[in-house]
Amino acid sequence: MAKDILEIGDSSFDAEVLQSEKPVLVDFWAPWCGPCRAIAPMVEELAAAFGDKVKFAKCNVDENPATPSKFGIKSIPTLIFFNQGKVLDKIVGIVPKSQLEEMITKV
Amino acid sequence: MKEADYELVIIGGGPAGLTAGLYAARAKLNVILIEKLVPGGQVVISGWIENYPGFPEGVSGPDLVQKITEQVKRFDLNIESNEVVSMDLFEPVKKITLSDRTISTHTVIIATGASPKKLGVPGEENFYGKGVSFCATCDGPFFKDSVVATVGGGNTAVQESLFLTKFAKKVYLIHRRDKLRADAILQERALANNKIEFLWDSVLTGINGLTHVEKISVQNIKTGDKKELPVDGCFMWVGIVPNTHFIADTVKLDEYGFVIADLNMETSVPGVFAVGDVRNTPLRQIATAIGDGAIAAITAENYIENIKK
Repeated sequence: MAKDILEIGDSSFDAEVLQSEKPVLVDFWAPWCGPCRAIAPMVEELAAAFGDKVKFAKCNVDENPATPSKFGIKSIPTLIFFNQGKVLDKIVGIVPKSQLEEMITKV
Repeated sequence: MKEADYELVIIGGGPAGLTAGLYAARAKLNVILIEKLVPGGQVVISGWIENYPGFPEGVSGPDLVQKITEQVKRFDLNIESNEVVSMDLFEPVKKITLSDRTISTHTVIIATGASPKKLGVPGEENFYGKGVSFCATCDGPFFKDSVVATVGGGNTAVQESLFLTKFAKKVYLIHRRDKLRADAILQERALANNKIEFLWDSVLTGINGLTHVEKISVQNIKTGDKKELPVDGCFMWVGIVPNTHFIADTVKLDEYGFVIADLNMETSVPGVFAVGDVRNTPLRQIATAIGDGAIAAITAENYIENIKK
């Protein structure tokens, strides 16, 4: 896994995401999810490009069931973009990289 | 021969496009593969594949994609994440307009595949990701001890319904006919599974809930009877639509919108080929897509050799 992406879970979510000064993109994924594996390199590329402005995090929904449930996640991959503890945007499924870039650069 | 940026542009990186890329890269063609999302196409959301030869125990879709991708990378296939907006195929040097620039090429392989068809019922769009799903392997585990509905009677619908029984306590399989279309072995397994309740001759007419899917409306098309069923999720596999929006009227399509191509995978335009699910093929499988891709790459190579003369 790329070092630019922070592994977060139920216990660290509040501190790392909601309390973060920088905006945070959280990739909710699981090992059994093919499309999650497929978009991972794309998220890593974005982290390399925008890592100075945005914090990139990933949350394994298998090991951390409380957080996805809190945000009503029923499909993965789901990417949620947080800023100042609030949900700015949410993307479900595989989307073009340009759409993710657009979401990130909106802040 | 007139100058062009590429000898071959492959549009789409599913099994057909990747195989065309593998053959073209090994033939040392000046080739680029354009993929809008991620390599693998629909195989990425396929759970377990039992009918692709060489894997006696079966293989997961993502694993197969990873192997094919590693294989093409070994031969330095250039894959770009971009989208084709339109094509101009009237001149011998063809122009492909991408989201940020236009490239020129002598040959084109269209390998854009197909997408799951939407039913178009109320609630389907709104509840996508909130209980509505097209990927059982991705989302099945969210429905542990839940009740889910599935729609369709083909191989995908039946196989994925069986997969969902590992998590859900009950699966309603809604099918508009009175028998399944899936392979006999899948039918046998589904009919013997006591977690699956079949709703024959029935169609899904609506999906309802507050923030998530809570119930669905189903109508029996023979008797006209309507009923509502409480469910937590709804999965749909009712066929596919070809991804041809960028094609406009450049190559001939059949009455269902699939690209017409001959035995050499050549379309109505010389030097333009169509492979895999987007083609008017009698069978849409990984095995057939792979064959299409190989044929098209070789035909494209011959075409390029001929115009060089």
